[in-house]
Amino acid sequence: MSTLVAPVNEPPSPSSRVHYLNASYGIRSWLFTTDHKRIALLYLGSITFMFLVGGIAATLMRLHLIEPQGALFEPGTFNKLFTIHGIVMVFFFLVPSIPATLGNFLVPMMIGARDLAFPKLNLLSWYIYIVGALFTLYAIIAGGVDTGWTFYTPYSSSYAHSQVIAVALGVFITGFSSILTGLNFVVTIHKMRAPGLTWFRLPLFIWAMYATSIIFILGTPVIAITLFLLALERLLHIGIFDPAIGGDPLLFQHLFWFYSHPAVYIMILPGMGVISELITCFSRKRIFGYSFVAFSSMAIAVISFLVWGHHMFVTGQSIYAGLIFSVLSFLVAIPSAIKVFNWTATLYKGSISYQAPMLYALGFIGLFTMGGLTGLFLASLATDVHLNGTYFIVAHFHYIMVGGAVMAYLGGIHFWWPKITGRLYSDGWARFAALVIFVGFNLTFFPQFMLGYLGMPRRYAVYPAEFQVLNVMSSAGASILGIGYLIPLIYLLWSMRYGPPAGPNPWRAKGLEWETPSPPPTENFEEIPVVTEDAYNYAHSGGETRG
Amino acid sequence: MSGQEPHGHVVPVGTYLGIFLALIAMTGITTGVAYIDLGPANTVVALAIAVVKMLLVVLFFMHVKYSPGLTRLVIVAGFFWLAIMVAMTLSDELTRHWTPESGPWSMLLPFLTKFF
Amino acid sequence: MADLAAHSAHPPGFAHQFEEMDQQRAAGNLGMWVFLVTEIMFFGGLFATYTIYRSLHPQAFEIGSHLLEVQFGATNTAVLICSSLTMALAIHSAQTGKSKSTIIGYLIATMILGAAFIGIKLYFEWYHDYVEHLVPGINFVIRPEWGHSGSQVPMFFCFYFFMTGLHALHMVIGIAILTVLTIMTARGRFSSEYYAPLEISGLYWHFVDIVWIFLFPLLYLIGGRYGSGVH
Repeated sequence: MSTLVAPVNEPPSPSSRVHYLNASYGIRSWLFTTDHKRIALLYLGSITFMFLVGGIAATLMRLHLIEPQGALFEPGTFNKLFTIHGIVMVFFFLVPSIPATLGNFLVPMMIGARDLAFPKLNLLSWYIYIVGALFTLYAIIAGGVDTGWTFYTPYSSSYAHSQVIAVALGVFITGFSSILTGLNFVVTIHKMRAPGLTWFRLPLFIWAMYATSIIFILGTPVIAITLFLLALERLLHIGIFDPAIGGDPLLFQHLFWFYSHPAVYIMILPGMGVISELITCFSRKRIFGYSFVAFSSMAIAVISFLVWGHHMFVTGQSIYAGLIFSVLSFLVAIPSAIKVFNWTATLYKGSISYQAPMLYALGFIGLFTMGGLTGLFLASLATDVHLNGTYFIVAHFHYIMVGGAVMAYLGGIHFWWPKITGRLYSDGWARFAALVIFVGFNLTFFPQFMLGYLGMPRRYAVYPAEFQVLNVMSSAGASILGIGYLIPLIYLLWSMRYGPPAGPNPWRAKGLEWETPSPPPTENFEEIPVVTEDAYNYAHSGGETRG
Repeated sequence: MSGQEPHGHVVPVGTYLGIFLALIAMTGITTGVAYIDLGPANTVVALAIAVVKMLLVVLFFMHVKYSPGLTRLVIVAGFFWLAIMVAMTLSDELTRHWTPESGPWSMLLPFLTKFF
Repeated sequence: MADLAAHSAHPPGFAHQFEEMDQQRAAGNLGMWVFLVTEIMFFGGLFATYTIYRSLHPQAFEIGSHLLEVQFGATNTAVLICSSLTMALAIHSAQTGKSKSTIIGYLIATMILGAAFIGIKLYFEWYHDYVEHLVPGINFVIRPEWGHSGSQVPMFFCFYFFMTGLHALHMVIGIAILTVLTIMTARGRFSSEYYAPLEISGLYWHFVDIVWIFLFPLLYLIGGRYGSGVH
C-alpha cells in the first residue's frame, strides 16, 4: 500500500551520523540556536500551537451555528470567537506558516548557502513572534476581542469594551517578526546564491519567497503604524478615526487594507511556490513556462498593493476610486491564472504519481482556482454590493486560504518531511488524511457559497431558519476537516521516532536541498555546490516510472 | 563579487564639509523663506528644499552615489510604494464628494465634467 | 575542507555563513537599506495621515503649527546635520585607518549632538508645551482665541507629539547603538579592513536625520510663518 520509493541500500539510521538535530542537545542549544533549520522547527511548533487555538475557535463557531438561534453562545461571545479565529489564523498562522517554517529551512539549502544572511536576526524574529503571540493569548484569556480581525473604527477605537489594545500590540509586535524574515530572505537570495546559480536557474519556491518578502517589507510597516494610531485613538480619543470628533473611519480602512490585502498574497504566494516544486517532482517533468511563473510571482507582489479598495466598495468610498480598484483587482487575477495554466501544462504528458504531497498539490490547483474565480465576482463592483458582508466572501477566502494555502503547506510539510527529520512516514495514512481533508473542506465551505448567494450575512450569531440545512452541512464538514487535520499530527510525530530512515532523496527530486543527507548537517553542505543546470532538470517525460 | 571597491569608496573630507555647509545654508533659507508671504508656494518651497537636503544626505553621507544599482533600486522602490499608498488613498479622500452629473459620459469622464 | 584553509585568511568580524568578506559587507549594507525602506513605509504612513488631516483641518493645524517655536526646530535641524557630519567623519576615520581615539572622538561627538537634540526637544519644546497646557490626553486646554476650529487643535498636537516622539525614540536607539560602537572601537574591533558595523549604523543615523529634515518643515513651516500667531 505504501508506494514511497524505498532506496536500494538501507540508508543509515539518522542517529548514527551527526546532523543538525543531534549536533547539540539541551534546551539552551535550541533556544539560542542560530541554525536556520532549528529556527524553522521552533516556528513549526509555535505556529502549530496557534493553529490549534484558531481551530478551536472555528470549531466552537461551527458548533454554535448548527441552530438558527445559536446553539451555544451569547452574540457577544460569538463576536469574540470569530475575531480571535481571524486574528490568530491570519497573523499567527497563515502569514508566518510557509515562510517561517519551510522558507527558513529551505531557502539557504535551495540556493547552496550555509545559512541565511543574518542568522541572529532570524532567531530574534522567532522571539518577537512569541512575544506577540503571548500578548494575543493574554488578550484571549483576559476577555477576548470582539471587533472582527479588521478592527474597524470607530467601534474598535471608541466603543468596544474588549482587549483591543492588547491584541493590537500583539499583532504590531509580530509584524516585526515578518519584517525581519522578509529582510533576511531578500538579502540572502540576492547575495548568497551558489556559484552558477543565476536568477533564472532558481527553484520557483525561491522566486515565491522573494516576492513574498517584498510584500513583508513594504506592507507590514503600514499596519504597524495603523495599529499604533488605533491604540492612540483608543487611549486619547483625539478624533483620528472617530467621525463624531472629526475623524475619518475610512482612513483607518485604507491604511489597514493597504497591508491586509497584500497580506493575503503573503499567504498564497509561498503556497504557489510549494506547488511548483510538487507538480514538477510528481510529474517527473520540467515546469512549463518557468519565466512566466517567476514573473507572475513578482507581478502578483506588485499589483497586490494596488487593489486594496475592493474591500471598501460598500463603505462610502469614492466610486471613482472604486472604479480604479475594481479594474486593478481584475488585473491581479491574471498572473495567478497564468500560474494555474502553467502547472496544468506541466502535468500534461507527465509521469504522474499520487503520493500524498501530489494529492495536496492537485487539490490546491482545483480549490485555488475555485477561490480565485469567485474573487472575480467580488472584484466586480455591481455584484460585490450584493455579496459583500455575506458568507460568499467567507467561502471565497477560505477556498484560497484553506483549500489553497493550508493544502500547499501540508503538501510541503509532507514533501520535505524526510529531509527535515530523516524519517519516512506512512504514505497510506497520509493519502487517507489528504482525502479526508479534501472532503471535509468542500463540505464545510461549498455550502457557504450558497449561503452567501442566498443572503446570509457573515459574523452573525443567529440566522433565519431557512438557512439551517446548509449551516448544518457546513458544520458537519468542519468536524470532518478537523479530524483530517489531526491525523497528520499523529503519524508525522510517530514517524519522527519510529519511521524508517529516509535517504538523501526519497522522492528522487531535483534541487540542491536533495543533494544533502537527511537530516542535513548543521552547515548544510560540506562544499558549496557549483550549479550548472536549470531548475527541474527532470528527464523529459517518456514514461519514466519509479518503483 | 558585487563590483564594489574592496573596502568601500572613501569620500574626501572636503566633500563632506561642502555638503554639510550646503545643508546648513538650506536650513537657514527654508526657515527664512517661511516668514515671506508666498501664498501656496511656501509649502512647495519648504518641501522642495527638504527633498534636496534629503538627496544630499542620501547621495553623499549615505554613499548612495557610490553604491551599486541594487541599493538605488531598493530606495526608489521604497519611495515609490509610499507614493502608491498616498496617491491611491487620496484618490478616495479627494473624490469622495464628487457627484456624477447626469448622463453616462460624466461617469466615464469625471475629470472633464468637473473642469469644463 | 577548502573553507578551513580560508578561515584563517579571513579578517576579524567575518561571519561563517558567508564565503567572502566582500559578500558579507554587501549583504550588511543591503540588509540595512531594506530595513530603512521598512522605516520609510512606517514613518511614511504616519506622515501621510498627518498630511491628510492637515488638508482636512487647515485652520486648526495652522494654529497648532504657529504655537511651535521655529528657532528650536531650526536649531535642532542644524544640530542633527552636524551629527550626520560627525558620523560620516567617524566612518571616514575608520576607512582611512585613523587611530581609535579619532574614531571614538567623532562617535562621541555624534552622541553628544544627538543628546543635545533630545535635550532641546525635551526641555525647550515638550516641557514648555506641558506648561502651556498643550499636551493632549494630559492637560490640553482649548483656548477661546482659537475660534471655532479650536476643537481640532488637539489633533495637531497629537500628531506633533507622536511624530516627534517616534523620531526621538529612534534617536535614543541610535545613541544606544553608538554607545555599543564606541565600546567596540575602544576594544580595537575595527580597522580599515573591517568597519561594517560603523557603516551600517551610519546609514541608520543618517536616516533618522532625514526624517527630521522632513518633520521640521511639515510641522513648523508649511503654510508659512508670516501669518497671525507667529512669535
